[in-house]
Amino acid sequence: MSGHSTIERPPTRHAAAVRPVPAPSAPGPRRRNRMSRLLSNSVVQGVLILVALVWITPLAGLLLSSMRSERDNASDGWWTALTDPSQLSLDNYSALLKDSGIAAAFGNTILISVPTTALVVAIAALAGYAFAWLEFPGRDGIFLVVVGLLVVPVQIGLLPVAKLFGAVGLFGTITGVVLFHVAYGLPFAIFLLRNYFAGIPREMLEAARMDGGSEWRIFSRLVLPLGRPAIASLAIFQFLWVWNDMLVALLFADSESQPLTVALQSQMRQFGSNISVLAPGAFLSLVVPLVVFFAFQRHFVQGVMAGSVK
Amino acid sequence: MADALTARAATNPRRLAQRKKRRLAVVFVLPALLLLGALVVYPVLFSLGRSFFDAGGDRFVGAGNYAAIIHDPATLKAIRNSTIWVVVAPLLLTGLGLMLAVLTEKVRWATAFKLVLFLPMAVSFLAAGIIFRLAYEQDPDRGVLNAAVVGVHDAFHDAAAYPTARAREDHGLTGGAGGPYSTEETVRPGRSVSLGFVGVAPDAMPAGAKAAAAAAPDTDGIGGVVYLDFAPGGAGTPGKVDPGEKGLPGMVVEAARDGRVAATATTADDGSFHITGLADGEYTVRLPAANFAAPYQGVNWLSPALVTPAIIAAYLWVWTGFAMVLIGAGLAAIPRDALEAARMDGATEGQIFRKITVPLLAPVLTVVFVTLVINVMKVFDLVYIIAPGPVQEEANVLATRMWLVSFGGGNDQGLGSALSVVLLLLVVPAMLFNIQRFRRSGA
Repeated sequence: MSGHSTIERPPTRHAAAVRPVPAPSAPGPRRRNRMSRLLSNSVVQGVLILVALVWITPLAGLLLSSMRSERDNASDGWWTALTDPSQLSLDNYSALLKDSGIAAAFGNTILISVPTTALVVAIAALAGYAFAWLEFPGRDGIFLVVVGLLVVPVQIGLLPVAKLFGAVGLFGTITGVVLFHVAYGLPFAIFLLRNYFAGIPREMLEAARMDGGSEWRIFSRLVLPLGRPAIASLAIFQFLWVWNDMLVALLFADSESQPLTVALQSQMRQFGSNISVLAPGAFLSLVVPLVVFFAFQRHFVQGVMAGSVK
Repeated sequence: MADALTARAATNPRRLAQRKKRRLAVVFVLPALLLLGALVVYPVLFSLGRSFFDAGGDRFVGAGNYAAIIHDPATLKAIRNSTIWVVVAPLLLTGLGLMLAVLTEKVRWATAFKLVLFLPMAVSFLAAGIIFRLAYEQDPDRGVLNAAVVGVHDAFHDAAAYPTARAREDHGLTGGAGGPYSTEETVRPGRSVSLGFVGVAPDAMPAGAKAAAAAAPDTDGIGGVVYLDFAPGGAGTPGKVDPGEKGLPGMVVEAARDGRVAATATTADDGSFHITGLADGEYTVRLPAANFAAPYQGVNWLSPALVTPAIIAAYLWVWTGFAMVLIGAGLAAIPRDALEAARMDGATEGQIFRKITVPLLAPVLTVVFVTLVINVMKVFDLVYIIAPGPVQEEANVLATRMWLVSFGGGNDQGLGSALSVVLLLLVVPAMLFNIQRFRRSGA
């Protein structure tokens, strides 16, 4: 990835000719080359800095808006806080956390995303191992169906599952939201883990079986540790997916079980007069994903990359 | 112990172990299959069946709901918007990602840059929606985008405008509110005029405005002062420059004769102006309407015409990092020898990019593109959050339309089911492509 490891040579007809003869005739064109390289490089740097600024600005806007009073936000833009930092305070945040609704919604987000992630990883690891290394009738056919289910968008499940949950009393509960997320997370999770587990050398498993290890032992002591990179990427992707979800919870959660995204969404109708609630709320919902992002950069990128086929 | 085991496995209990293993396999896959069967497979079949019944679910309507999709103007609009999304967003993202991936190869802080651009992938669409609702606010004092647009606009056009200013009546100026104003009597070079205005609030005054001084007779042109004929506290005489009254800087002043503008000048910080280069004669001093135009207010980003491009832009903010990182990885895998050899042969950077880099990157670019198509097809939250209520219908895509039809007041579950089936069918080809790739690479 380090661009400077290769020699970036500006296009010149003399390049080939000049190279083997480093002496007298060289300085002229070479200096020009260096000049134009320096110039083009600084143009590139300038463009990239500009792009990075454009990318940071909206986030900075949210953060600064979240720390300004409603009156300040109504009268002028967040950028005025750059020259007048006295506008900034944590009052919005403390008010938000005292508001039991938002605090409870934050708790619900955790109660939804943590069990979902654990369940998806556990169930998919078991199934992935079975699909990769255990023999049972119809194995490959069933796996093909699971792969086919990868494509199913959640929208198609909303109405039927809502009726189903309504019939068994799960509609409007955290359990219902979790179950829905788990089901729609499974196809990708099984697909990913089966493929990863299938890459474990057969000899390793055979050797473990020879040593008298039960399938459960082999699974828990050998396959799971070996599969850690894939499991980590999957867990991070799944956690973020559910943490950031709004659509599923919008339908399946009631006002008691709604996560932060839904609680904030219900405030959108008054947009403009409640930025002191929306901005800190949105930032609050960002903090956990950002921590995950910075703590597990590599797994995060891999997880998002792998999960994007969903 | 190992001996005993191998010995036993070779004989009769072997089948027993096999059966035990098979039972175990079923235990391993059962939880997954139960959940998938009940919450994914059954719903797909249910939706498919439900899409052939009417809104209440009592009457079989055949393909009626699918016909309604094509005839319902609101749903058609959603299809149109979804098409725009799928055509524009993946293409822009792949192009942008390719460009940035190539550029980042040239700098040392590529990792930091990639981090910054990948960051929005961690952000929920809800938060991204709120972020961009803030950025798109129309009032340039509140929305950062319009603040930038107005800033750029005003840098090229004269910024000082006094939309609320009006001339002190009966003190030498004629003209209505909004301008233009001109002097009732003509002025000859060598004279000067004092032009008093009212109606500019203290906080609307330009920061640089200085106290005005009464105009002194000019020597070689028409001189004078444009000032706010209002002293703090209300003291002062109308029509006269009193102490504490400020000049109106940035006003364009014209000297006109026979309806033609002979020369112009702009007032200084203290409101004074000085029109030179005039032949002797009678002139009318005029303040053109531009001085009183309402300031440029920027673009209405969330208007019906712009709301979809605006939301797509927010989507670009989220996904560009993804495209860039994936393409960057592909770029790093291109053999350096090929590029170096081409350079030795005298190929220009542009030729190398077109003839070598892009063809070698084609598989990666396709994967990025297809992945984006799948994700764009399902976009929901961003549209739902960013589009304000009144323009929601203009911004709708298939997924939001399906939601509104089924749950958001429409309550037509037949049409809603049909839309969700369409959504499923649209994603299938793209998905098949991805699966094929996965299987070939044996990931």
